[in-house]
Amino acid sequence: MLYKLTFSLLIFICLSACSIEPWVKPYERANLADPIMSFSQDPLSQGYMHHVYQAREGARGAEGGSGGGCGCN
Amino acid sequence: MVPGAVVVVTKAMRNYLALFLLMPSVTSFAAVLPAERADVLYHSYSGGGIDINGPAVLVRANAGDSVSLSAKHYIDTISSASIDVEVILGASTYEEERVENSFSIDFLNDKTLMSLGFTNSEENDFSADTISFGVSQDMFGDLTTISMGFAHGDNEVRKTNESSFLKYSQSDNFNLSLAQVITKNLIMSAAFDVTTDSGYLNNPYRQYRFLLTPTTYDLRDEIYPNTRTSNALAIRGRYFLPYRAAIHAELRTFTDSWGINGNNIEVGYTHPFANNWTIETHFRTYSQTKADFYSDLFPYENAQNFMARDKELSTYDNSTIGFGVSYEFANAEGGFIDKATVNFKFDHIQFNYEDFRDARDKTLIPGTEPLYKFDANIMQLFLSVWF
Repeated sequence: MLYKLTFSLLIFICLSACSIEPWVKPYERANLADPIMSFSQDPLSQGYMHHVYQAREGARGAEGGSGGGCGCN
Repeated sequence: MVPGAVVVVTKAMRNYLALFLLMPSVTSFAAVLPAERADVLYHSYSGGGIDINGPAVLVRANAGDSVSLSAKHYIDTISSASIDVEVILGASTYEEERVENSFSIDFLNDKTLMSLGFTNSEENDFSADTISFGVSQDMFGDLTTISMGFAHGDNEVRKTNESSFLKYSQSDNFNLSLAQVITKNLIMSAAFDVTTDSGYLNNPYRQYRFLLTPTTYDLRDEIYPNTRTSNALAIRGRYFLPYRAAIHAELRTFTDSWGINGNNIEVGYTHPFANNWTIETHFRTYSQTKADFYSDLFPYENAQNFMARDKELSTYDNSTIGFGVSYEFANAEGGFIDKATVNFKFDHIQFNYEDFRDARDKTLIPGTEPLYKFDANIMQLFLSVWF
């Protein structure tokens, strides 16, 4: 049942993609393009903090942004 | 006492994590090459008897209109007298260094961005090589970015006080993410991650603790399973406030085949002011349950097939509060440099362990020692230049 539902949903998304009109127009994206809205504003700094957490927590993955680092130390 | 014997006592999670070095970025607008910039960073961590600091450099530049190259060099200089070192070996401070080098290349073709990367990390008793591949595709009028990636890591584990000791482990990671513009002020992303590890996943120095008599304990080498599979799911959002500021939030949940369930929540606020300044603050909390084979104190030797006393596998939580300040130098006169920023960040983390005891005072009856906790302070000072 779950597979059928997922498959139907994927088909729907693929078909509807052909006719989707962007609901946020290019000229309305100034705020989104502001650097303070970036998920990875400072990749080196962000990667360092991932490294700190990965080394001291059991959880891992799905960090987003740029990479983390070896869990040493 | 061989000084090198304590070198990696605190490196509990290292086998599994090297492959995250080059995960493809989850960005909101993937159909452009990443910005050309150079970052020089000094980092410092101090907490739990461990001091780690060093420099890091990241340079990213374009080669033509469709290729971006990046290189990263990172050093950890470690001085450690952690609780693990003191309990297991009664050792004093040790020193060591980790050097990491990464290279990546990104290809842009219309609305598709493909990435290839390689990372090497070297210590005196551990080597890790990781390759990664990722692809991002913009769609639906550039409101949606779908990214997927794969990374494979090969690790070599050695022991400084035993030249014949040589073990291997491998890691494979698959990740899928979606970034979606919701409104002209809100963007959200979701990321799903599966990682499998196989091989020697132990820390070769760490030992578990067991009762020898009702009032004394002894230590033996830990025994870990040879495989581990984990899943992580994260949802993030950033919202632009009416007066040019942003709030962000993150939820992440994690589960693995060792029985660990972890969750973290983060909220933050970013506020530019006076044209050149930006301040940022955030709060993060994390908690996890213990691995099935973790115990602070086993009832007797060889009490079960797998045994660990790594505090990162125990039940615990931590809380982080942090802030950052940035000053921007804009170059309005043209030339090679577009702009530059000087940044300072500080984070304070409190760790509270629920079933890991501070066993450094050996006059106490095993199992009655106080629960362990410690604070850590993290500082970053860095210069970023866009060109």
